[in-house]
Order: sequence, then C-alpha cells, then structure tokens
Amino acid sequence: MDSALNTGDTAWMLTAAAMVLLMIPGLAFFYGGMVRSKSVLNMLMMVMGALFIVGVLWVLFGYSMTFGTSIGGVIGDPTEFFGLESLMADDPESTLPIMAFVAFQGMFACLTVGLIAGAIPDRTKFNGWLIFGGIWAILVYFPVAHWVWASGGWIFEMGVIDFAGGTAVHINAGAAALALAIVIGKRAGWPRTPMRPHNLTLVMIGAGLLWFGWFGFNAGSALAANNTSAVVFLNTFAATCAAAIGWLVVEKLRDGHMTTLGAASGIVAGLVAITPACSAVSPVGGLIVGVLAGVICALAVSLKYRFGYDDSLDVVGVHLVGGLLGTLLIGFLATDLAPAGVNGLFYGGGAEQLGKQAIGAFSVMAYSFVVALIIGLILKAAGIMRISRDDELSGIDLVEHAESAYELGDSGGGGHFVGVGAGSVRRDREEI
Amino acid sequence: MKLVTAIIKPFKLEDVKNALEAIGVRGMTVSESSGFGRQGGHTEVYRGAEYTVDLVPKVRLEVLIDSDRLDEVLDAITKGAHTGKIGDGKVWVTPVEEVIRVRTGERGHDAL
Repeated sequence: MDSALNTGDTAWMLTAAAMVLLMIPGLAFFYGGMVRSKSVLNMLMMVMGALFIVGVLWVLFGYSMTFGTSIGGVIGDPTEFFGLESLMADDPESTLPIMAFVAFQGMFACLTVGLIAGAIPDRTKFNGWLIFGGIWAILVYFPVAHWVWASGGWIFEMGVIDFAGGTAVHINAGAAALALAIVIGKRAGWPRTPMRPHNLTLVMIGAGLLWFGWFGFNAGSALAANNTSAVVFLNTFAATCAAAIGWLVVEKLRDGHMTTLGAASGIVAGLVAITPACSAVSPVGGLIVGVLAGVICALAVSLKYRFGYDDSLDVVGVHLVGGLLGTLLIGFLATDLAPAGVNGLFYGGGAEQLGKQAIGAFSVMAYSFVVALIIGLILKAAGIMRISRDDELSGIDLVEHAESAYELGDSGGGGHFVGVGAGSVRRDREEI
Repeated sequence: MKLVTAIIKPFKLEDVKNALEAIGVRGMTVSESSGFGRQGGHTEVYRGAEYTVDLVPKVRLEVLIDSDRLDEVLDAITKGAHTGKIGDGKVWVTPVEEVIRVRTGERGHDAL
C-alpha cells in the first residue's frame, strides 16, 4: 500500500514539538532568575506545573476542544477525539501523522498557561495556581486557539493572520496575566522594597533556551519542512536581534547603561512580536517588527508603576504589548512576497487586513481578561489564591514546597535527619 | 592579647594578607560581609526601575595577636588596605581574656 507520508515533514514536526517543550523549562529559568532567591523554586514549579496539568487536559479533551469539528465557530467538539484513541491509526493519505500535530499543538497550550505565572510570583498558593491554570486552559485557551487556528473558528474564517500565536498565545496569556495580577494584588512591600533579580545568568540561560525553542514554535507552525518554514525561521532570527538592540538603546538613552536583563527581555519581546507576523513580512519587515517591539516593550514595562498593578515579571509589558504590536503590524508591513501572501497598508493592501487583525486581537484580549478575572475572583473568594503575608515575607519556597533553592555552605544548616515520611507522622502528632 | 578586626575593600584582601604574612602573622579569619559607612551605596537598574543598594560588599578580617605586636599589625593592615578613596574601611582593637587551641588545649600566648 502506498503511503503519502512525508518523512522530512514528520521528522521536522517531531523535532519542532520537542523544541517547543524545551521552551517551558526555558521560560521557567527566565522567570526564575528574575525573582528573589527565596521564591525561585516556586517560580520554576508554577511554569512546570502548568505543563503537567495542561498536558493531561490536552490528551483527554483539550485537543478535541481545539481542533474537533467546530460548533458554531466557537468551540471544537470535545467528545470527537476524546482520549486521542481514534487518532492512532495510520492514515495513508496524510503527509504528516496527526499525532505529530497533536503533540506540537499540545506544547503550545502548556506554554501559554505557563506564561501567565510571571505576573504573580512570590505570593500565589501552588494548588490555587494549578486549579486556575486548568480552568483557564479549558475556558479560554482551548476555545481561543479554536477561534484562531481551527478550520471553522470564527477568527480564522475572518482571514486574520496569526501564524504562530501572537493572538492565541501572547495576547491571550498577557490579558489573563493582567487580570490575575489585579485579583491577587501586589507583593508585600512592592514597589518600595527592592526586589532585585537574584540570578541574571539564569535569566539569560532561559532567554537562550526560549530563542532556540522558538524556532520550533514559529518555523514548526508551517507544519512542514518547506520554504515557508525557512522564511519564518529567518524572520524570527532577524526580529529577535533587532529587538534586543532596540531595548538596549532605550536603556542606554534613558538609564545610562545597557543591561543583561534588558538584553534578555529584548530577545523575548522580539520573539513575541514576530510570532504572529513571521510568515507575512519580509526579512527587513522582520527587523522593523523587532526593533519596534524592543523599544515599545522597554517603555511599556514601566506602565505598572504608573497604574499600580504588580505584574511582577512584566507579562503584560512584554507578552500583551509585544503580541498586540506584532499582530497589528501585520496590517502595515505584510507583503504578498512572503508566504502568507497578503499586502498590508504600506504595500498597497489598504486597511482591510489591519481591521481584521485588530478585531481578532481585541476580542481575544477582552475575552481572556474577563474570564481570567472571574476565575481569579472565585478562587480568591474560596481562599485558595494567596498565601499569608508572613509566609510571603519568609519565602514561598519553604512554605509551599519545603525546600530551599541554594545550599552553598558546608554546615548542613545545623539540622539532623528525622525519618522518611516523617512529615505525616508529625502532622498526626500535632493533631493529637 | 588583642583581637584586631578590620573591615576592608574585598579587592584589598590579598594586599592585607601579604602584609600580615610578611610580619609573621600566621592565622586570620576572613568572612564576606556587607554594610555601609560614609561611602554609601550605589544604584542598580532593572527594566528601568532604579533601586538604591545601601549595603556595600566588604571583607571582615579578624586576627588574634600578642599585645606587644599591636602597632606593627595595625600598621600592616592600614597600609595594605589603603587606597585613599572613600570606603577603605575601619580597623578596631578589642582586648581578649583567653584563647584556647582546640586540638592541644594550649591556652593564652601558646595558643596564638
């Protein structure tokens, strides 16, 4: 029997999926280095925890909710591919095994939820976060990804270009992050108390892993190893370099120094902004998207001080603003020479594409913000959203995970071995 | 017997240690520390947010010596730690009642 399977495409998509997975620990390190040493483990666990929870949901019904037969353009049929069992059989007419696509898209869902965690470190109950992440994935990510990417989804059918997730991933996560930062409130002492990043080398390692994985994220979204994926790859590279320069120049002019954190942040801002646009612009267009993202996001991260919300690691300033920028810039900089084949305003295409992009972007932003706000308020009312002030001041790692990140001395902390499973014995004794 | 405690700039530790070894001082205790005096702190900028950092990294050095060596020891430390710029640190002297070497149980002068 002849098979239409394209082994090159298949190999690339499995590789790209693994690269997107690597972005998740990359994101954890990027965020983890930026918090104080007493909460780095919790930060890592919030991002990795989102991966575990959303990964399970994706297999059970998340994929089906996203890419199942569209119900009114709003949601995929959750029962159609429940448990993914029906997708295991070899389809001789398909160039790419459907499971490669399922795995690739599943990583996107996990990463998107993880992004939100950067707004609320140091102070969020771990179980509350996991519950929020799971509910938000079901009520927001799966439907929104359906709107944007699934055949039949209302934003997709409108002709909005969101190649790898400016709207579905970054605007979506950024709007939820803003809602959650408002619901959970400021860290104790913010902004007067200095909360310096405790390990900028870790931040740069994270940024490097994100950049590497992002080639899988963007170029993999071509769903094939072909010319589109190569153009997208190059545009992703171009925009990121330009964005880092943009961010650093703002810092040099405003603050007097080009910082490591600025470079790492510029990298991520550029990656975010080029994500929706990477199939629609030329390489020079990519440079423009990048430098604008670097400059505008570097300015946007200061908004939280003006408005008084503690979006601790700037999910709003980088992901929401960067995502909006890239999504809207398609309306100006798209050229029909690029794989997407659409002309934006500057290439004589009129304002039509820009209008579509704006409708898609602002619909997702509003929906995600409102639903995240509601979920957050319910969990807050249930008392499972925020740790106590005393616990926060002494450090969330110890309270939520019973661990310390760094043991650099030789004294062993002056303790002794208590026993395996001693925690439960002690709890029993305390109850008596 | 005296305990000489010196707070110095971290990059001057090597000079101070060499100066003390040159006059025959055979031991010292060094710890990383931080604090502030007239030098004050510095500012750091993270994503445009400027923080003042008041505590400056310093090295704290402690030496136990015989009282009759006090002047030459103080001389060695101040010369070794001197740059002439603000933040060179401080040295102070405390009387010591008793010293014991843990390994041998020797006391007083013999334990130094």
